[in-house]
Amino acid sequence: MTETMPLSVKHILGTRDMSREDITTILDAADSFKEISTRQIKKVPTLRGRTVINLFFEPSTRTRTSFEIAGKRLSADVINISGSTSSAVKGENLIDSARNLEAMNPDILVIRHASAGAANLLTQFVDCPVINAGDGSHEHPTQALLDLLTIREHMRKESFEGLKVAIIGDIMHSRVVRSNIFAMKTLGMEVTVVGPPTLMPVEISHLGVKVEYDLEKAIRDVDVIMVLRIQLERQNQYNLASLREYSNLFCLTTETLKNARDDVLIIHPGPVNRGIEIALDVMEGEHSLILNQVTNGVAVRMALLYLLLGGGHEDLN
Amino acid sequence: MKILIKGGQLIDPANKREGLYDLVIEKRKVLSVEKSGELSAKDIEGAEIIDAKGLIVAPGFIDMHVHFREPGHEYKETIETGCQSAAAGGFTSVATMPNTDPVNDTRSVTEFILRKAKETGIVNVYPIGAITQGLKGERLSEMGDLKDAGVVGFSDDGRPVMNSELMRRALEYSKMFGLPCIQHSEMLDLTEDGCMNEGFISTALGLKGMPTEAEDIMVYRDISLLPKTGGRLHVAHISSGLSVDLVRQAKAKGLEVTCEVAPHHFALTDEAVKDYDPNAKMSPPLRCKSDIEAIKEGLRDDTIDIIATDHAPHDLIDKQVEFNRACFGIVGLETALPLTLRLVDEKVFSMSKMIEKLTSRPAEIFNLDRGALGVGDIADIVIFDPKAEYEIDVQQFKSKSKNSPFNGWKVKGKVIKTLVAGKTVFSAPSN
Repeated sequence: MTETMPLSVKHILGTRDMSREDITTILDAADSFKEISTRQIKKVPTLRGRTVINLFFEPSTRTRTSFEIAGKRLSADVINISGSTSSAVKGENLIDSARNLEAMNPDILVIRHASAGAANLLTQFVDCPVINAGDGSHEHPTQALLDLLTIREHMRKESFEGLKVAIIGDIMHSRVVRSNIFAMKTLGMEVTVVGPPTLMPVEISHLGVKVEYDLEKAIRDVDVIMVLRIQLERQNQYNLASLREYSNLFCLTTETLKNARDDVLIIHPGPVNRGIEIALDVMEGEHSLILNQVTNGVAVRMALLYLLLGGGHEDLN
Repeated sequence: MKILIKGGQLIDPANKREGLYDLVIEKRKVLSVEKSGELSAKDIEGAEIIDAKGLIVAPGFIDMHVHFREPGHEYKETIETGCQSAAAGGFTSVATMPNTDPVNDTRSVTEFILRKAKETGIVNVYPIGAITQGLKGERLSEMGDLKDAGVVGFSDDGRPVMNSELMRRALEYSKMFGLPCIQHSEMLDLTEDGCMNEGFISTALGLKGMPTEAEDIMVYRDISLLPKTGGRLHVAHISSGLSVDLVRQAKAKGLEVTCEVAPHHFALTDEAVKDYDPNAKMSPPLRCKSDIEAIKEGLRDDTIDIIATDHAPHDLIDKQVEFNRACFGIVGLETALPLTLRLVDEKVFSMSKMIEKLTSRPAEIFNLDRGALGVGDIADIVIFDPKAEYEIDVQQFKSKSKNSPFNGWKVKGKVIKTLVAGKTVFSAPSN
């Protein structure tokens, strides 16, 4: 392992504790890794002999697969342990699971868990780097990083500074929002969160964001619109009148898009509830970068695995 | 066997004594109290001497809110370890909340607790009986029988009495026995799945919040029930600034309401949760700066009557887990004195006022024959050094559980000796 750690953090728990330099380093590395996925032989030997364990206590297809592909394209041995096959159902707690896995000497643990702070907790009991792949309503840093990579590739400006973003949807329960807000504020972007007051967490404006309840007004001048999945499983009966009304008020349609800039970028962390938070034609339309995000997800995760295991950016090629 | 406590600074708010006094104890009681050096030769003849020079001598502290987990959860705390912890913290009397297993909602459980406490013979234990059977919030417990067995108040602590009709009847029924109802004020529909104060920190951490309104609404509801029921309400562990205001207004109207605050609610804000520290998780949760200011104001003007620790021992099994799954509560008996002394340093109140809120005032509210050191009073005494500096080390706690957010804090104020009915139950190891 090289002596100089390319990142200021040992673990990727959230974007809140990342510096602007960290984010740039990760995005630059991800840029370089993208090319590998376009080759016919999509594999480099960089992490040969390294073990990555994906510990998923919550269902996930996209994120887990993305980490798995990322690890495999770098030749790491990737093991997936999901909630249903793990000992979690037998009452073994998170810490015991982690200690047992740690005893098998993994090089990186990737964790997805329903409890906020689960990844932080894990770091107290394992020596290897931990990547948070989503913890409750807290953070989902790799999602924010792939969002930023996607934005950077398509934005009309030279830098993130001053770039305007509107984030629409269930702000309260979204870990994607928190990770994006922390990172975007670090990068100097202007963030507006949009949704009904019932889905706004208290004192959200203290994070340096504007709060807006009117969708058309909110998207008028922005460079990027991020639409969030309305998470049905996280709603209690008091948050929303009905999905119908939510959709009437906040669905991004061709009609509402007329209020936005012609060159606005649209992203969505997925999975999409088609026709509820975003209309099908908008999702598949010219502004949409939803599939680019998925592609970039693999690159960002390759970059993180690489950087956490000590790789300096300069010796990449 | 006589004991002479000599040369200490006696602070006995009940008897309005403050100054250098000598005390003689004999046969469990205070035999005589005189200005230092003025005791008669006969009084001190043959007495064993405790030199209290430079120390404060006060009635033993009374904590009206502890959880001793026995019966049912002895792996967290037993009556014996809880009593040892109390003695180490300078407490000579504690009131144990009824959320044991089985719940203290019947005479047999009350009698069990009293028997155990007597066998261990460390500090006085006053059980609190449940307001409702099984803490279920459905039917009143047999308050008459419980009182006869020895309870000093009623509470469903840990849970609030949500049903307003039931709370109304509880206040009416308990009045018949002259004992207060102690409410854990929390509107559960506002705190469902909540695990910390609702505010900026909960938003940033993605944790479900417990808003202060949950406390305020129930405090206001219970106060509203007082005029017609004529009952007595004691608000447990007040944590919200608005709730302090509500109690102040109710007192101004002459209503029978009292309240307590736990040291952690004026020593810490919800910032303490920021690294998902499960030892910063309690109910009610740690609040924000403005609430702490309101609590201090409430202590200053006596809106808040007493200090009570809400000593809530939990094993690592229950704490070293995901934050939202961790049990609520922290141990408090062995950190109460130094944390409360900080308020004396900040001039929130005088040393004498602090001692009143730890001794004579709780005794008055719960009608205990304790908390005073006049001639003939039972000799429950704490001797402490308010200036002694040290670092809190949870591993040194007598409590079976170590769940405290104050580990490593540098504090001032050390218990040197605790006596219950003239018998030394704790002596600080000399170093």
